[in-house]
Amino acid sequence: MKQNKTRLTPEEHRLFGDLMPEELDEVINSGFNRRHFIKLMGLASAGLLASYAIGAEQLFARTVEIEEIPDLIPEAIENGVDIAFNVNATSRKVLVDSRMTLLDTLRERIGLTGSKKGCDHGQCGACTVIVDGQRVLSCLTLAATCQGKSVITIEGLAKANELNPMQAAFLKHDGFQCGFCTPGQICSAVALMKEAKEGQASFATKDVRAAAKSIMLSDEEIAERMSGNICRCGAYPNIIAAIKEAQTGENIPQNWLFTD
Amino acid sequence: MKPFKFISATNPGEAIDMLSNNAEAAFLGGGTNILDLMKEHVALPNEIIDIGNLKLQEIKATATGFSLGALAKNTETANHSLIRSNLPMLSKAILAGASAQIRNMATNGGNLLQRTRCSYFYDISMPCNKRMPGSGCSALEGFNRMHAIFGWTENCVAVYPSDMAVALSALNATVKVQNNNAERYIPFKDFHLLPGNHPEKDNSLTHSELVTAIEIPKNNFAANSAYVKVRDRSSYAFALVSVAAGLNLKGNVIQFANIAMGGVAHKPWRALKAEQFLKGKPATTANFLKAAEAEMVAAKALSHNKFKIEMGRKTLVNALELALKG
Repeated sequence: MKQNKTRLTPEEHRLFGDLMPEELDEVINSGFNRRHFIKLMGLASAGLLASYAIGAEQLFARTVEIEEIPDLIPEAIENGVDIAFNVNATSRKVLVDSRMTLLDTLRERIGLTGSKKGCDHGQCGACTVIVDGQRVLSCLTLAATCQGKSVITIEGLAKANELNPMQAAFLKHDGFQCGFCTPGQICSAVALMKEAKEGQASFATKDVRAAAKSIMLSDEEIAERMSGNICRCGAYPNIIAAIKEAQTGENIPQNWLFTD
Repeated sequence: MKPFKFISATNPGEAIDMLSNNAEAAFLGGGTNILDLMKEHVALPNEIIDIGNLKLQEIKATATGFSLGALAKNTETANHSLIRSNLPMLSKAILAGASAQIRNMATNGGNLLQRTRCSYFYDISMPCNKRMPGSGCSALEGFNRMHAIFGWTENCVAVYPSDMAVALSALNATVKVQNNNAERYIPFKDFHLLPGNHPEKDNSLTHSELVTAIEIPKNNFAANSAYVKVRDRSSYAFALVSVAAGLNLKGNVIQFANIAMGGVAHKPWRALKAEQFLKGKPATTANFLKAAEAEMVAAKALSHNKFKIEMGRKTLVNALELALKG
């Protein structure tokens, strides 16, 4: 920072010494600044400057010194949390406000806007991402809890120019209309494939006592297991067809036909 | 959200110390409820203590039954082979709640501590004795279709939302709690509270206590148990009425039955009158019906939820029939 020694006239020195003694050294060492000026204005309006007319007049005529912006310093925020995690196979380090959700961090800080903010209250599933292999709601996950974790978003599902089979199946079956819920639907469905393979039970499972084994999902099972992803366009029959095609690998006919 | 400091605990003792040092701090488990409440300015902690890294995830068989780590996820618990084969009623109850995403996040301890979804509790512009003691109950004369028919008072007619806890109630679980000095065990019937004059208190935990595990005694319900949930849509909705039922049969005679109801009270409602009626009686639909009627006698409807009395009766019978079928 620039050294700034202000030389005060005897009248000015007397004024500061009497009325603003605590600021005297500061003014001498760092200059007459905006804060001093404002305080002086306050004293003037209170009528306290009458007996210091000469000093005050000189002071008001002075150029207020503007503090220089210091050299560049790292970003600082209140309640900041440093996190290092992995997003779509790329290491990321971000400093976030403790209140920041994973969803906002992905969208606003990392620039991955595929995950959508639908309700922001865990009721719609549009923000679904895959964290350490499990589908979760990024709107109800604090970014601060993601230290060391691995996150996959809709942007991370395709390999180079090749779509994930679930993405291709959604396209073929028209598993959407407006598309807003689609990134969440697809992330959810991709994680569901692993759950079905592991034989995880659902509320639609006929007998949970039976040993877990790989499940080929029925329409009813898909509906139950995908109930956390709401589609207000009502593309559900097409979503179910897409998930069936992705799971079976079979060529399932679309629910609709092209007309001539 | 109100600004808060974020800190992480590495072991239970440290977590408890952190919480006891600050009356406005809160634990963060899965976050599926508290984060939502913080966004709505219903929960206003100035410090969040992340307990996600504590080693309380174990699900195991013990000498007396089963132990569920407080921080094991709901999904993991419902799918654990021990739970699926020995406590199918608990698996079903967990799987009846929320969505796959939320069950992947939610912890067992957090599930017990989730707060009511009464819309007046969530709306900070409305009076609510649970949120702001002494301000009044908006639901008492308001939209109370989802609300209680048992155990409510003029101070609060909210219902407790967990499905998992309804099964735990029927299974006579115990909540293992750690505080500064010691551990204590709270029987499930004493864990959650009826509203009385203090609806702001959901349960009997004190501020500096941490749920570390849920313990379930051995039982023979695996062969004859059920969890039935009735709701406005067939998945991902809170219960209007739910019933967890387990029958201990000798031939066709009920040695004893354990039954709990959800969606009807400020806590899981143990259907003690129905249980008492069924003890020693043949397991027949006629007896199930009489048991259900005995239970529903004490039900008191609000202006919009009279349907829950008939629904409760039928759901009790349905659950007992399904339990009998095995």
